[in-house]
Amino acid sequence: MSTGWSREEMAARAALDIPDGSYVNLGIGIPELVTRFVPEGREFIYHTENGMLGMGPPPADADRDLDLMNAGKKYVTAVPGAAYFHHADSFSMIRGGHIDVCVLGTMQVASNGDIANWSTGAPDAIPAVGGAMDLVQGVKHIYVITQHTTRTGEPKLVERCSYPLTGPGVVSRIFTDLAVVDVTDNGFQVVELAPGVTFAEVESKTGAPILPPA
Amino acid sequence: MINKMYSSIPDAVADIPDGATVMVGGFGASGSPIELIHALIDQGARNLTVINNNTGNGDVGLAALIGNGQVSKMICSFPRSSQSRVFPRLYKEGRIELELVPQGTLAERIRAAGAGIPAFYTPTTVGTVLAEGKESREFEGRTYVMEPWLKADFALIKCEVADPLGNLTYNKTARNFSPLMCMAATTTIVQTKKRVAAGEIDPEHVITPGIFVNRIVEVPDPVHEDTLIAEGRSYP
Repeated sequence: MSTGWSREEMAARAALDIPDGSYVNLGIGIPELVTRFVPEGREFIYHTENGMLGMGPPPADADRDLDLMNAGKKYVTAVPGAAYFHHADSFSMIRGGHIDVCVLGTMQVASNGDIANWSTGAPDAIPAVGGAMDLVQGVKHIYVITQHTTRTGEPKLVERCSYPLTGPGVVSRIFTDLAVVDVTDNGFQVVELAPGVTFAEVESKTGAPILPPA
Repeated sequence: MINKMYSSIPDAVADIPDGATVMVGGFGASGSPIELIHALIDQGARNLTVINNNTGNGDVGLAALIGNGQVSKMICSFPRSSQSRVFPRLYKEGRIELELVPQGTLAERIRAAGAGIPAFYTPTTVGTVLAEGKESREFEGRTYVMEPWLKADFALIKCEVADPLGNLTYNKTARNFSPLMCMAATTTIVQTKKRVAAGEIDPEHVITPGIFVNRIVEVPDPVHEDTLIAEGRSYP
């Protein structure tokens, strides 16, 4: 078995691909770890859908401000130079193409860039979409951080999503525990393998044709 | 002389009728007008359609309004969260209707109503099941779906500072949907933490201009949903 990248290493690897000065929106889960791995000399400005640019790290419990939350409804802080705004302005930033990078978790991502991360489509599930469909259509670059397979070993990188789509053809790059994978006109293309991971292993755990590192 | 101040919370919500459409400000716990919602529970209006990003948490505020059987339909983007129990239960029992709207579309539909724009086109939901049945159109080679405005009879709003003319400021991320809802409702009812005289809010710093506000009640020490839940409280 491979070693691959840890959750933190996946986030750190994704952070390397975010240019200095980017406006960044991070999804819940592993994407949130990106803030801990901003490369030396770079500054990112974090956007949260509920109306803030310049989101900072979580406060100590004693310093919590009940009116200062992120989109995951966790308490956060504001960095110097932060701004607050209402929801229509917040989603104008998203839909209007002003946010540079969005890093999302996912249930499935397809080799044509389709992403499915909001619903399993199960008949008894309560559908909940939040801002995911706005983000994938509006943000300039959609990155995905995800384990390469589900807990039961099913591929999450697939030829076509079986779950309902969040958006079609929107994902450009995927960071998994095994590899960095681009979505290209020719489908999945491995950009980089995690230490100790072979292309054969990545290929065997991917549910679609995938091209080896160039 | 214009004075939109009400001295009693019950008086401010007394005329919300059965069947009304009510926007409720707040994103999760932040900005939720708990005192106004609890007054609406006391008042008892039923068969309400409620517009909020979520469906409330625990057994207080919006969740309590739903739990009290007063809401027949929710329009929201994210109806479940870690502490929402009431809505999921009623939904699974088929006792409450849900209109699921992506968050940015929800905000813009509310803004459009306040701005007198009956519909707009957005790329959000294109290529997904949520676009089914919606009119679509191409602009500059890209497909967009049409979304209608979203109006309400009443809005319940929490703000930080208000003057008697209805000029409002908010606190941090408690602002969220509230300025949009103030615009979109026929009657906007606001609870403010602090009341000041006209002129005390710098005109450059007004977030919601008073023209969008009808009634204001002062609630100097508002309860917070998270605090109530942490204390294990329920309402009524």
